[in-house]
Amino acid sequence: MVLVYIEVRENKVKKSSWEILSEGKRRAIELNMEACAVFVGHDLDVLAPEAFQYGASKVYLLENSLLSKYSPSGFSYALFSLIKEINPEIILFPATSMGKDLAPRLAAKLGVSLASDCTETASRDGRLEVVRPIFAGKALATFKFKSSPQIASLRPNVFPLIEPVKEKGEVIKKDVEVPEEQVKGQTVEIITEQGVEIDVTEADIVVSGGRGMKCPENFNLLRELTSILPHSAIGASRSAVDSDWIDHQHQVGQTGKTVSPDIYMAFGISGAIQHLAGMTSSKYIVAVNTDPEASIFKVADFGIVGDLFKVIPYLKKELKKVLL
Amino acid sequence: MNIFVFIKRVPDTESKIRINTDTNSIYEEGLNFVLSTYDEYALEEALRLREEKGGKVTVTSVGTEEALSILKKGLAMGADEAVLLKDDEPERYDGLRTARIIAQAVKKKFPDYTLLLFGKQSVGADNAQVPAMVAELLNLPQVNVVTKLEIKENSGVAYREIEGATEKVNFPLPAVISAQKGLNEPRYETLKGIMMAKRKQIPVVSLQDLGLSEEDLVSQLEIVRMQSPPERKAGKIIEEEPAEAAKKLVEFLRKEAKLI
Repeated sequence: MVLVYIEVRENKVKKSSWEILSEGKRRAIELNMEACAVFVGHDLDVLAPEAFQYGASKVYLLENSLLSKYSPSGFSYALFSLIKEINPEIILFPATSMGKDLAPRLAAKLGVSLASDCTETASRDGRLEVVRPIFAGKALATFKFKSSPQIASLRPNVFPLIEPVKEKGEVIKKDVEVPEEQVKGQTVEIITEQGVEIDVTEADIVVSGGRGMKCPENFNLLRELTSILPHSAIGASRSAVDSDWIDHQHQVGQTGKTVSPDIYMAFGISGAIQHLAGMTSSKYIVAVNTDPEASIFKVADFGIVGDLFKVIPYLKKELKKVLL
Repeated sequence: MNIFVFIKRVPDTESKIRINTDTNSIYEEGLNFVLSTYDEYALEEALRLREEKGGKVTVTSVGTEEALSILKKGLAMGADEAVLLKDDEPERYDGLRTARIIAQAVKKKFPDYTLLLFGKQSVGADNAQVPAMVAELLNLPQVNVVTKLEIKENSGVAYREIEGATEKVNFPLPAVISAQKGLNEPRYETLKGIMMAKRKQIPVVSLQDLGLSEEDLVSQLEIVRMQSPPERKAGKIIEEEPAEAAKKLVEFLRKEAKLI
């Protein structure tokens, strides 16, 4: 069995979990295994059936009132008890902040190694093989697992969703026993940044600003673009973040986030090696910079040598014509 | 308050990485090795907490003798003690092995701790596994990717980054915390610190001293292949007037990228 962890935040399933389930289903078919999904928390019934569309033949719901608030130790305890019971050969997590809490805890509990933040998976000789970036993507390493279960976390926004499956599967509800002292460290509150709905790692289009933006207020020009572009988010270079022009959550690069959107638009970003490490797996890269020698142009699919302050107003106009 | 900070020696982020495809490893010659970026935030936080609440900060690393250089840097920044957990194995990109070594060291050598601090991930292996694995092996609460930390008598409050938001977490002590950029501004080493660190003898603990078995130390991940990422080539670069340039960009997005 390939078991996939489905992340629920504020009573909604995170889309990246469906991407991971889709990838898990693709491997399961090749390996002649079933793909199953597991949810942990409280009041999960209404969320379960969507997992069938993405390839799960069984959905496990692990519920306990102590799990109504997220806690890494509590959630991994619950997952461990299920895994001891159903013995999956492969366990997949989305490499989101929650997945990066749970996958290593679970792996350590089971005494097996973990391949983190994988960008490719394959079946080889009845086992899983994975590829993951190291050194912020300056190298790619392919791993196989010497022990079982084989556990991997997969990068969001990389794996395509499967064509929706029509068959309904089975929902198996389990009231897990979780001792109170196992739930240490619980979420008390989630604080959202004003006006930010999509994280830069989840967006289809990233509109990113660097030192060329000159001041924090100018980032509003980029926000005007994201208000028109569907499923988009603001990114930033380290330079802009270190100058306190924008919050670190938006930083793209080796000491920021690694993004792989369909389009990465770099405004006033020179393209330092550390920045490139964070965005060269984008499908298309577009750059605007006054310096024709800027390194960003070496990787851009489309580049404009020009003044972003002059280009953006026209770009906004042209995009409105097409999108609104 | 006893705080332990776990640090790692990594190639600096400026480095171009060259791959030895015969041994499936990276070429280390010519690389400049430094203290991993996120570890600096962890160490700085430990020093601030000591300033606020008193206690002791010990900095430690799992690695070869070459790790002594970053342990000295930790001392120069202001840590009270440094310990090398000597491991001569080359990088295996396998967090479980490192976590087992650390957990055992904590049990045997550093039993009286309040906080175990880490960087959220090393800027080399990029695993982001060791802190959570250590927390599990020691049955401790963990908060990862922390941007703000408040420590009280027997508990703490941490603010951490999640997708598009910040999560506020209450946790009991002792605990594992991994640091994110923005937690603080790391201080520089002082000249006095550097001189003192130079003279300090750093104790070395071997894996045998820790009583770890062969089985515990075997890596369970096998590197099949290591390669460079596919190279991106430059596409169309234009120098037109802004109005025309914008039109051509939108045309590119529609016709070639087919995305809008």
